[in-house]
Amino acid sequence: MSSLGYFIEHYVVLAGALFTLGSIGFLVRRNVLVQLMSIELMLNAVNLMLVAFNRQHMADQNGQVFAFFIIAVAAAEVAVGLAIVLAFYRLKSSVQSDEADQLRH
Amino acid sequence: MTVGNVFFAVASLVALFGAFMTIASRSPIRSAVGLLITIVGIAALFLMLNAQFLAAIQLIVYAGAVVVLFVFVIMLLGPDAGDGEGTVARARVARYGAGAFFLLLSAAAGHLVSRSGLTPNRFKIAPVTHGSVESIGTFLFGSAVIPFELTTALLIVAVVGAIAVARGKPHVRRQSKSASPTARMFHGPLMARDAQRPLPTKAERAAKAAGGM
Repeated sequence: MSSLGYFIEHYVVLAGALFTLGSIGFLVRRNVLVQLMSIELMLNAVNLMLVAFNRQHMADQNGQVFAFFIIAVAAAEVAVGLAIVLAFYRLKSSVQSDEADQLRH
Repeated sequence: MTVGNVFFAVASLVALFGAFMTIASRSPIRSAVGLLITIVGIAALFLMLNAQFLAAIQLIVYAGAVVVLFVFVIMLLGPDAGDGEGTVARARVARYGAGAFFLLLSAAAGHLVSRSGLTPNRFKIAPVTHGSVESIGTFLFGSAVIPFELTTALLIVAVVGAIAVARGKPHVRRQSKSASPTARMFHGPLMARDAQRPLPTKAERAAKAAGGM
């Protein structure tokens, strides 16, 4: 029991659980804001995995630098995504993703 | 049980609780708080994994900027940010079916990984420099300098794009020059409940201010 948190497997399982929760939230919820938050959950799970593997293979800092770039890209993605949510809300007066049916024939 | 074990257990439970709160709560502001809890838990796990710099960046960027941005948008949308009622029954079945299918898929993947039979090996003692600001900075401004500089281009394009998308078309903006600052910014009523309510003219506002005094 004193090994908890000192093996890569624990982090892999935890990151997998977080990624699964995020993807289920993305699939099940239809509120666009909650879907964006679920995407953030998935990105965070991937970051945790990268940092954990970097802790296992300590020859360089590649994993942590990857996580750094993912954080930067996620910040940009959230800014643009929320702007799109605002534009969508002006168009439809709603933030439910099934209202976005303009491209339906 | 050492301090590290308890730390890992608490941080991972906090992260899982926050993730569950994010996807399960009806109110989006509670989802945002759940995301904040998850981010703090993951920052604690980064500390456990000798990533001090990333833990600080995680708290500054995610807890300080991303979650605040979410909260701003939720406050801007007001009551309309919540879940609307009325959905197609078939669409709901499809959504929950997809969620259940993905859950099964992840459970199967976890089962296969647990059966893989690799011998687990404990983390070795990390050198003090692993994950420190000095070593990450040396890497970022050494061999990773080109992607690092490209990140600045990405961020400036994202900021310009976000402003352009959120403001909409310029010719609509020019028409409503005389309206209130909110109406100029969003060129139209932001809330559905304000659609029938005309914006007060300057004379009406002055009369109201005089009457208030």
